[in-house]
Amino acid sequence: MDLSVDIAGVTLKNPVMTASGTFGSGEEYSEFVDLNRLGAVVTKGVANVPWPGNPTPRIAETYGGMLNAIGLQNPGIDVFVRRDLPFLKQFDTKVVVNVCGRITEDYVEVVERLSEEPVDLLEINISCPNVKEGGIAFGQSAKAAEAITRAVKEKARQPVIMKLSPNVTDIAEMARAVEAGGADAVSLINTLTGMKIDIHRRTFALANKTGGLSGPAVRPVAVRMVYQAAQAVKIPVIGMGGIRSAEDALEFILAGAAAVSVGTANFHNPYVTLEIVDGIRAYMEQYGVQDVRELVGAVK
Amino acid sequence: MKRKESAKVLSQECLAPGIFSMWLLTGIGDEAVPGQFVSLYSRDGSRLLPRPISLCEIGEGRIRLVYRVAGAGTAEFSALRAGDSVEVLGPLGNGFPLKEAEGKRVFLIGGGIGVPPMVETAKRIPGEKILVMGYRDSQMFLKEELEQTGPFFAATEDGSFGTRGNVLDAVRENDLSADLIFACGPAPMLRAVKAYAKEQGIPAWISMEERMACGIGACLGCVCGSKEVDGHSHVKNKRICKDGPVFPAEEVEL
Repeated sequence: MDLSVDIAGVTLKNPVMTASGTFGSGEEYSEFVDLNRLGAVVTKGVANVPWPGNPTPRIAETYGGMLNAIGLQNPGIDVFVRRDLPFLKQFDTKVVVNVCGRITEDYVEVVERLSEEPVDLLEINISCPNVKEGGIAFGQSAKAAEAITRAVKEKARQPVIMKLSPNVTDIAEMARAVEAGGADAVSLINTLTGMKIDIHRRTFALANKTGGLSGPAVRPVAVRMVYQAAQAVKIPVIGMGGIRSAEDALEFILAGAAAVSVGTANFHNPYVTLEIVDGIRAYMEQYGVQDVRELVGAVK
Repeated sequence: MKRKESAKVLSQECLAPGIFSMWLLTGIGDEAVPGQFVSLYSRDGSRLLPRPISLCEIGEGRIRLVYRVAGAGTAEFSALRAGDSVEVLGPLGNGFPLKEAEGKRVFLIGGGIGVPPMVETAKRIPGEKILVMGYRDSQMFLKEELEQTGPFFAATEDGSFGTRGNVLDAVRENDLSADLIFACGPAPMLRAVKAYAKEQGIPAWISMEERMACGIGACLGCVCGSKEVDGHSHVKNKRICKDGPVFPAEEVEL
């Protein structure tokens, strides 16, 4: 039975990756999960310099999901390369570095810094709803998305995944725009912009007022968007949004995702990623599927 | 070693309105120190995030959690009965630095739901300690346990027992003094403790609280501003769940 998948020429041993921002650089979860068994670890967003992130509270639970407004706190590329990357390279898994920035030059700087580093794929975050500049500003205009993809691709030595925002009118248009810009793959969905009010304190639950909604509550939206993106482009689509079981992951794969990312579910169950790998294998056994790639986009 | 497991509930007791005590059969606490916490998970799939709850007492192969019902998640825990089971992850965080207490007279200061971790802390400090606890009213949960470990003073908001006011009012009214403080409680209390420690020129270690998601230091949801650059992001944001929850008072912003 073959669980391996191919993303832009990079072979993952199975289609299960972590979702950026929920898994750090793997160190904290390595106490629970054998990282060698993951298809890939996708790191938390890394910028050219350290970012302090947003004020607290940064987290609020919602029905079947959560809002976060971390604001991309990260140690910057220097510390990442010196400390986090060597940690990840101890494991036999693919390393996907999520890159964030305020302006195009920030993204390009990080991508250039990674050009000689042992990184398998780059995921460009143009969809974070929690930072004022950069992030989603690039992810809500097809023109801007195409332009930044082009700028990044010009310097990138690794294949580039563009991470798309669901906070758009037409996801297919966004997927086509980054494909036109030269993206090697797309990943979606980032979080949906949301808000929660604390009725007892009569204030916003998050200091940032708005936050990104994730968790099982967003999954049907994510499956729909992954399907639409997969229909719109020829490059591989990586699906994410509320996955917490193999069944959930398989929905995305059947909708057209070549691989999936698991995010918020890690907070509920630190072992969940490996349970999903095992569950996909069990499903393939049950239905006599020899190669997981047979399932990708099988539902038209 | 942190782990998540299903723990059997040994007992559940209501100590005061909205305050519950639950013993769990689990070895998660065997290596733990007071001031550390565990994450408890709801059975209801609509509630994804674990609830961080401090260790009140650590027995062999069992732990005691004393917690306040603050919403639907903790209400669910309070309805668990002996024989039920609950998912628990731990031990988490750093705990109080008990070594610092050696040879010193220590204030153990707890306020509200910050009282419970002081029970195990008091038991583990063999030397001189003075317990100063703040409550809303005369429903002074864990008073008996604490009184067994050393001199006990209380402050109540409504003045129904001990000193009317806060824990520092009790310290002053009783003319108490110490060389070191371990404290856990609401932010206003911790602010006052920090100021008092500075004024007295004594070190204070305080246990902080914030909304958490992962509980293990990965998501960066529960940070607090710090004086020094933190080891993770190299900004000035310490992770309460991993670098804390216990910090030197002068190190963190409140």
